Amino acid sequence: MTITHHLDDATLMSFAAGALPEGLAAVAAAHVALCRRCRREVAALDRVGAALVADLSPARLDRPEPAAPASSGRGARGHEPTDPLARLLGGGLDGIRWRWIGPGVWHCPLPLAGEGTLNLIKAAPGRAVPEHGHAGSELTLVLGGTLRDVTGIYARGDVADLDEEIAHQPFAGDEADCVCLVASEKPAQFRGLLARLMRPWHGM
Amino acid sequence: MVSLSITSGADAGLLARALRGIMPDLLRRIAEQADPAAFRELYQAYGPRVKAYMMRRGADAATAEDLAQETLLTVWRRASLYTEGKGSASTWIFAIARNLRIDRLRREVPWQELPEGRLEQAGSETPPDEVVAEKERQVRVRAALATLPPEQQAVVALSYLEGLSHSEIAHRLRVPVGTIKSRMRIAYQKIRLALEDLQ
Repeated sequence: MTITHHLDDATLMSFAAGALPEGLAAVAAAHVALCRRCRREVAALDRVGAALVADLSPARLDRPEPAAPASSGRGARGHEPTDPLARLLGGGLDGIRWRWIGPGVWHCPLPLAGEGTLNLIKAAPGRAVPEHGHAGSELTLVLGGTLRDVTGIYARGDVADLDEEIAHQPFAGDEADCVCLVASEKPAQFRGLLARLMRPWHGM
Repeated sequence: MVSLSITSGADAGLLARALRGIMPDLLRRIAEQADPAAFRELYQAYGPRVKAYMMRRGADAATAEDLAQETLLTVWRRASLYTEGKGSASTWIFAIARNLRIDRLRREVPWQELPEGRLEQAGSETPPDEVVAEKERQVRVRAALATLPPEQQAVVALSYLEGLSHSEIAHRLRVPVGTIKSRMRIAYQKIRLALEDLQ
């Protein structure tokens, strides 16, 4: 798999800082899990956090240090690093319960504790993949098929991390259904969505 | 405004260098011998800063101290997974603290993996020159941060220490989101440049 569309540098830094809104962080994590280049970048950016924390003025501790458990319990559970895609998709793409939202387009909202939205979206070949409005940042990760728009062709693992000012209308490629994971910083805005969905892709 | 004191040569820098020297040794003693004295030292070295980090995010002192304890206890439990050179001990501790903060203070899922999860070959010994290179990377990151202009330092600090998103930083500083993002990109490019020959 050759990934050609990566996370924006500002998105990567915010992700490493633990400061991305939750939905965007989920998509960023799923991309990073698939992308060796961005994994390396995040590792470098974690060092920035370490340097900043080391330079904080120390807070006074009010209690004695906690007793370390007798057995250090090698590799004990808790805050397990797990594959984000496995965590998001559970049994994989085949187990998704799709909801029809328009001709040739289905979605499956995923729960978030924080603000924003996270959706799996499936579009039949040639169909427009709905965007969830332009308020705030949006990340789209391709999981299956291809996605095309004026900025290029996106295949599995590629992420569209576009500035809000770039108007783009992505379509599923002609060869197969396109499945994407889409996060939006702000609540979804489905206004005008159906109109766009009715329009098949005629090449660009 | 945001206060950020990145010192390259003063006391904090000296302390940080001293910590870097003793940390791998402490982690080894924890991993191999489950040595409670090593844990005590680690907690005294790192607990106060992890507590300060949690307080920057708005935790009260008692909660922040609970989370500092939990961060270092996680280190205790997982010390055997730590591999020197795949990111320093302090980077690993930062990642654990960051994820705990998202989990407890934001009550969200921490999606960021811990550095140990990125090991390409688990259990392999780190070559000594890689350990040296990792130390050098930390020095360079610190130096690059210290030379950023104040407006870029502010964006980086608000992101890492206060956990603010791009739009929250934009709101706080009353500048457009696009400006925040470009300041962050430039800051990142400078850090990347500082590490270029060590990747």
